[in-house]
Amino acid sequence: MSTPSTAVRGLAREAVREITLAQAVREALAEEMRRDPRVFVLGEDVAEAGTPFKVLAGLVQEFGPQRVLDTPISEAGFVGIAVGAAMTGLRPVVDVMFGDFLTLAMDQIVNQAAKVHYMSGGKLKVPLVVRTTLGATRRSAAQHSQSLHAWFSHVPGLKVALPSTPYDAKGLLKTAIRDDNPVVFFEDKMMYQVKGPVPEEEYTIPFGVADVKRPGRHVTVVATSSMVYVALEAAQILEAEGIEAEVVDPRTTVPLDVETLVTSARKTGRVVVVDEGHRRYGVTAELAAVIAEEAFYDLEAPVRRVGALDVPVPFSPVLEDQTVPTPEQVAAVARELCGRSERDWR
Amino acid sequence: MRPSAVNLAEVPEEVRDLSAEDWLRLYRQMATIRAFEEQVNELYTTRRMPGLAHLYIGQEAVAVGVCAALRADDFITSTHRGHGHCLAKGARVDRMFCELLGKAEGYCRGKGGSMHIADPDSGNLGANAIVGGSAGIATGAALSAKMRASDQVAVCFFGEGALGQGLLYEVMNMASLWKLPVVYVCENNLYNEYTHYRETTAGDVLARPQAFGIPGEEVDGQDVRAVLAAARRAVARARRGEGPTFLLCNTYRYFGHHVGDVDRSYYRGKDEEEAWKTHRDPLRILRGWMTAAGLAAPEAFDAADRAAREEVAQGVAYALQAPYPDPSEVTQHVYA
Repeated sequence: MSTPSTAVRGLAREAVREITLAQAVREALAEEMRRDPRVFVLGEDVAEAGTPFKVLAGLVQEFGPQRVLDTPISEAGFVGIAVGAAMTGLRPVVDVMFGDFLTLAMDQIVNQAAKVHYMSGGKLKVPLVVRTTLGATRRSAAQHSQSLHAWFSHVPGLKVALPSTPYDAKGLLKTAIRDDNPVVFFEDKMMYQVKGPVPEEEYTIPFGVADVKRPGRHVTVVATSSMVYVALEAAQILEAEGIEAEVVDPRTTVPLDVETLVTSARKTGRVVVVDEGHRRYGVTAELAAVIAEEAFYDLEAPVRRVGALDVPVPFSPVLEDQTVPTPEQVAAVARELCGRSERDWR
Repeated sequence: MRPSAVNLAEVPEEVRDLSAEDWLRLYRQMATIRAFEEQVNELYTTRRMPGLAHLYIGQEAVAVGVCAALRADDFITSTHRGHGHCLAKGARVDRMFCELLGKAEGYCRGKGGSMHIADPDSGNLGANAIVGGSAGIATGAALSAKMRASDQVAVCFFGEGALGQGLLYEVMNMASLWKLPVVYVCENNLYNEYTHYRETTAGDVLARPQAFGIPGEEVDGQDVRAVLAAARRAVARARRGEGPTFLLCNTYRYFGHHVGDVDRSYYRGKDEEEAWKTHRDPLRILRGWMTAAGLAAPEAFDAADRAAREEVAQGVAYALQAPYPDPSEVTQHVYA
């Protein structure tokens, strides 16, 4: 995985240190916990263990077990408790170890957290962050590998963030914690060790602002979370063939920065959407539809989608690797959109 | 289950400080809930109310007794059968009717309806249409109270149907581990919708909280004195930082699962309903004890009944003529 150089746009490059995505998440949490005594963390193995991914290592030492709460293995229970705490003056950040386990807390997220503000006519608020993971290829099979962000993007009342770089992870998580709404925050567990430039200074990234990770003029590749790296690799392949791909990362699916996506689509006239959720009824379908509706008369070709294979994630590496989008697949689709076959370039 | 079974013995120790006026006030609250619910049924049968409602009639002593043990800033969470809890915690009759009729002045601006009335000003974090769905919210409010050192207590009302939901046990476990100031009030009205709870509930109900180290107590849910006494014990324990309590309040709903559940013969008999209404009615029990003990004359209860009916009549009249929300409000309050 390469780090997109565009993530540091506008910053003095020489002054910017590099940290991992896991460190960026931890820094965001620690800074917000220092800033606001109402912020606290709860979940399974978040304290001394610092989560199995070690993302939260060190937090309990600074903030103590009163603000870094180890819970039983009870996703519905501790998410529900976080909803109640959020409704009564606190700002909990829940850690749901694997996105697959969100299924255990669906009622609390979908029927409770997402609805409370609306159902109460605006009187109650749920400033809650549910941090969780997505992504396959960790050889963890079907119940520890899913990318379920489309489900939550479907539910009014929830916001959904899925950062692709350490810089974005830190800025978006700080925004999520300060938001008065429930936010489901997806981190690709395969990206925790990815390094990238993150400034020492305080910053936040607003929701609903897409980021152009690489400019280009022939084809737009819209990509989310770790698929941004797949798209950037595809862009490198295409570059060698004279095709300049623009890579756009929405960063949040709710709210969605329609304008940036459509502007890029109008500019290039060709769009591929890449996401690690299942293709069927997924995020790629929604983004493709939004772009088609808004930019149809500027498009040279139908919007194409690349998503995870519509099968449960298998264990065997030989099988699993077929299920996730690859740079070669994305490049092939982009090439087709540009009216070229692979043969033209051999 | 005979009139003579009404407890004329001395009042539980925890509630001996109450004056005759205090007991009359609790009677009046129960009378208001009953008159309110009778009016709701009338609105339904005359097709003036959208949707359905789940009536609380028969269970009034539980909501009134528990809420009388609470401070104004204490929290409750309620259920689909929640009108009684909301009123007992301090909601106004007129704004309740506004919500039930989908009017702009309703507690949720008409967005919640019967099953979602929330009123943070009176500590009501919301009725909940998912059975057992508020157990997390109530327990989280208790965690919040403890973390903020606010001295508040949270009460989670739920029916015995919620005993089938796993969430309840997940949060009871954490409430006990963390000694949270929460009181779980199980209202056993005998029926999970249309099925007797004995067909759905294995073993001894009180063995369940006991398994988590949570003290449990069986309470006569038809006797507001017993409910208030038990609630005061539980609330005091919570405020002392000693953790959660589980109250199993035995009660009965006189009407169906909801207002449309009229033919109930396939799951319970008329004789059973009549026996509860005749011998176990919470208003009659309080009235019977107070008149026998010379605490109030019969006329005082008649006056309370009249005043309750008058408040309800005014409230519903107000709500019926109140304006609906502007259609543009449909997209408001999705996000804060």
